[in-house]
Amino acid sequence: MADALATITRRDGFGMVTIRADLDRSGDAIAEAAGLAIPGVTRITSDGSRSLGWMSPDELLLILPAAETGAAIAALTGALTGEHALVVDVSDARAVFDLTGPHAGDVIAKLSPADLDALPADGLRRSRAAQTAAAFWRIEGGFRLIGFRSTAQYLDLILRNAALPGSQLAPR
Amino acid sequence: MTHTPSFRLARGGRLIDRARQIPFRFDGRHLRGLQGDTLASALLANGQMMMGRSFKYHRPRGPLASGAEEPNALFGLGQGGRFEPNQRATTTALLSGMVMQSQNCWPSLDADIGAVNGWLSPMFPAGFYYKTFIHPRAFWKHLFEPVIRHSAGLGRAPSDPDPDRYEQAYAHTETVVVGGGIAGLTAAREAARAGGRVLVLEQGPVWGGRTPVDHRDGQARIEALLADLGARPNVTLRRNCMATGLYDHGYLLAREALADHDPDQGIPRQRLWRIRARQVVTATGALERPLSFAMNDVPGVMLASAVRDFILDYGVAPGRRLVVVTNNDDAYRTALIAQEAGLEVAAIIDARPRAGGDLAQAARAANIPVLTGTGIARVRGGRHVEGVIHCDQSGEGRPTGAIDCDVVAMSGGWSPVVHLYSHCGGKLIWDEAEAMFRPDPARPPLGADGQGNVTATGAANGDLRCAGDLERAEDATMPVWCMPQNAPYKLRSKMWLDFQNDVKVSDVQLAAREGYASVEHTKRYTTLGMATDQGKLSNINGLAVLSEALSQPIPQTGTTTFRPPYTPLTLATIAADARGDAFQPLRRTPIHDWHARNGAAWEPVGQWRRPYSYPRAGEDRHAAVNREILAVRKGVGTLDASTLGKIVVRGPDAGRFLDMLYTNMMSTLPVGKCRYGLMCSENGFLMDDGVVARLTEDSWLCHTTTGGAERIHGHMEDWLQCEWWDWQVYTANLTEQYAQIAVAGPKARALLERLPGSIDLSQQALPFMQWAEGEVAGIPARIYRISFSGELSYEIAVPAGRGLDLWERLHEAGHDMGITPYGTEAMHVMRAEKGFIMIGDETDGTIIPQDLGLGWAISKKKADYIGKRAQSRSFMTDRARWQLVGLESLDGRVIPDGAYAVDAGSNANGQRKMQGRVTSSYHSPTLDRPIAMALVRHGPERMGQVLDFPLPSGEVMQGRICDPVFYDREGGRLNG
Repeated sequence: MADALATITRRDGFGMVTIRADLDRSGDAIAEAAGLAIPGVTRITSDGSRSLGWMSPDELLLILPAAETGAAIAALTGALTGEHALVVDVSDARAVFDLTGPHAGDVIAKLSPADLDALPADGLRRSRAAQTAAAFWRIEGGFRLIGFRSTAQYLDLILRNAALPGSQLAPR
Repeated sequence: MTHTPSFRLARGGRLIDRARQIPFRFDGRHLRGLQGDTLASALLANGQMMMGRSFKYHRPRGPLASGAEEPNALFGLGQGGRFEPNQRATTTALLSGMVMQSQNCWPSLDADIGAVNGWLSPMFPAGFYYKTFIHPRAFWKHLFEPVIRHSAGLGRAPSDPDPDRYEQAYAHTETVVVGGGIAGLTAAREAARAGGRVLVLEQGPVWGGRTPVDHRDGQARIEALLADLGARPNVTLRRNCMATGLYDHGYLLAREALADHDPDQGIPRQRLWRIRARQVVTATGALERPLSFAMNDVPGVMLASAVRDFILDYGVAPGRRLVVVTNNDDAYRTALIAQEAGLEVAAIIDARPRAGGDLAQAARAANIPVLTGTGIARVRGGRHVEGVIHCDQSGEGRPTGAIDCDVVAMSGGWSPVVHLYSHCGGKLIWDEAEAMFRPDPARPPLGADGQGNVTATGAANGDLRCAGDLERAEDATMPVWCMPQNAPYKLRSKMWLDFQNDVKVSDVQLAAREGYASVEHTKRYTTLGMATDQGKLSNINGLAVLSEALSQPIPQTGTTTFRPPYTPLTLATIAADARGDAFQPLRRTPIHDWHARNGAAWEPVGQWRRPYSYPRAGEDRHAAVNREILAVRKGVGTLDASTLGKIVVRGPDAGRFLDMLYTNMMSTLPVGKCRYGLMCSENGFLMDDGVVARLTEDSWLCHTTTGGAERIHGHMEDWLQCEWWDWQVYTANLTEQYAQIAVAGPKARALLERLPGSIDLSQQALPFMQWAEGEVAGIPARIYRISFSGELSYEIAVPAGRGLDLWERLHEAGHDMGITPYGTEAMHVMRAEKGFIMIGDETDGTIIPQDLGLGWAISKKKADYIGKRAQSRSFMTDRARWQLVGLESLDGRVIPDGAYAVDAGSNANGQRKMQGRVTSSYHSPTLDRPIAMALVRHGPERMGQVLDFPLPSGEVMQGRICDPVFYDREGGRLNG
């Protein structure tokens, strides 16, 4: 039996913070508090440990080691004092999967209508995986995909089904 | 027939591997085919021309075509869950050990009893069913329909679940080319040179289309193109991939066969591609048309192109002695190829007065007799062609001679495959010269920018001569819709148009005489083109016959609508992975697994599963509900309320935003307090409810119903983004961030005080409708003193990842108190005992808060809120609107939920008048009697009156109107 198209790994240990603010007014303050540059539209910036993703014109998602979450929320809240903004912990609302291997993109292409050829190296795509919301971006050797916690088992199932050995998309 | 010598030719067959024999069984006979054979070619090689029986008359039928358009040679393939009806023998690869069933015959293909329908065929003209089975009325339901249903349908449905896997995949491309023939590959090369991604789809396993068969240098030309394309990194060539439908904005569906030939290899059997293309090129070729002459359905009458396909592709002779009948030059190829392969070509019957093209000259040079101005009056033979009787094409069918033969290769010209072009709005034009509909380049399907996004090319565009110079010298095709031209009824009633549905020239003419002028109506009346082949061969011939019958030009008649899929698509491929556990996302709370371990009986709530109750050994789910309720009322229970929507709303304008969303005031709510609120739609109808907590000076947390979380969040964002875009408000849906546990019952406080914590739970520190933040059992928590049960109740929100921990700590700590998990049904009953409404029970999208006695939750001070204006309209303020009341059953039985209270008299439609209906109805274990809530006209003014509720059984139950609050009217239990 051939290998699965990608290795599917459920990941723990991430903290996630939703930041809503006027990114033009508060971008610098957020960047300094988060320790990362503000990403361009549909992009994600990363320093290897933390990542900051563009979610909408007034929303960012900070992903960081779980232990740093409290301090990051405090820093962001402090930095945005006096501004109209919302900083909330969404760490527990999410499920995270890493898809790695030479055909990881095939797994995404079976589940999401996003065009991966059009996803730059630092692109973050909010989309869906089959019937549930998901977002993904590139990591070393594949993709990281986040979805809602309540659908974690469904995501795990459909990701593994899509990675069925021998089912790569290349023409045969 | 059993011991017929092989019809496999000694030479030729570009698709077969003569070294690899494949044994298979057909109708009890052991046969042999070759690797590369289709089922049809393998059967023909064994002399088995008869492959099925027709649907209506059960006439013997052989293959007509060699490809996807085949109407006759259909089999049920596979067994059990892998059984598939109506599989075309011409496109099904022969497999070792194949199991197949003949269709439309009983007891066997050879001796079929239903063929008696054929002898009775004069009794089954077009519209027979419509005319015959009308009276008496009751006979339709009880006699005619069951009998027709039993005998109707091509093939039968499988009875077992499909054991195979299927999947979907998305593709994006600048250009998708449908069709891997000479035109498609050439168009792909042009597109690839221009840049951008190019995807080429070929429906079959072999590239090249007709070119390798029809041109001596064809194979080389195809291979050169494939080599060129294969070297281009921007080109993807995908075989076995049938484009089934084209939809708006360049959205193309295609089915890739991955393991049809070997479903046991563990990969998906088929894959449905969902392709977005900027430009679609249809290079789908053309289909050869049959000719309408009497007995044109006898096995052995085939399309001329199919005859040469079987010879050249599979090295199979469909017969020994051939007659070609045609109205064009192309069919002469079949004669030449057949002769070269060693078959005897008895004659070419050409309906045209003259045949002087290169191919005709070549035929004459090869000593093949050519009879011009001639047609076939009738085919001789029943189960197999024995010969033809020919006549003058321009006459009425008087015989001019007879020719013995066992194959008739017919060609009525070619029709471009315009299906994809037509699926999403491309228009066709009538091409007089070639007698065909072809895509109108001036009216293509349009993309989002209003520009055409589909181009037809090659034969699919009507360029039947795209493959080479030879065709350029061909003589013109002469339209022939009836052979001979003035055939009498006796002949026309044996000329098949639609071979699958047994529709003949005479049926379409009858329809025209009966007043069917529209081609769409004629189609449905006669069933022309309504079988699984969707009229691929019959459509043009049928509408041409209709046009002649109506004495109008063909373009005026027009075509029927081309609809996807091009060839049938199995439902399993459409469902793909969405079956079994992956059918739908099943949302699980952080405490889901505990519920499962503790015997939860589940209730689906949206995509969530919530425990309905937790039956113990010896209990059914209802007994468990009663036990759970009493446990909460007398002690303490826990409910997993994690599914409740939790939306944070923050900003300088958040207060006034919430004042607009809710019917009551939220801006005045003090920090630290909670308030119950109602949300209405613009039309005034109640759409959600829940408790709002004010977190800080500028932030609120809004609880919604379980089903309302995403919907209400979307509702908020809709108003913020589209209407009040200048208001400074941010929202975030935190539903999944928190696990929420309701701890309810008189012992709730005592239980919580056993857990280490930093929050003062006393009545003074945390009174009803307040919240506090701190730690419970070492877990960061927010506790809300809110109650849906009427008992002392704390709802504790903790980070979702800690929810199970808290739940288990509560159950450890409360073990000796008899702590009891309770489910949604206990929650429902307890709220009904308290007279609390439930969205979806007391509301159904037509109910306003005023109907439910919730006027107290509607602010009179506010200038506006969503729904306010609607609620002031006359029919909303009508005092005769049904109002919420309680109901007491008179005989101690539960009145069924949804039962209607009848009123005196009847309405204008003769229906009994109604004056109310039951919205919730339960047995209350707390009160040990039935309780119900109902909406009743003038209800609150009618306390004590008795209403009649007739049941479907005819029995009438009675209920007395009462106050909807059945339990603890004073509310003393809220504080323990």
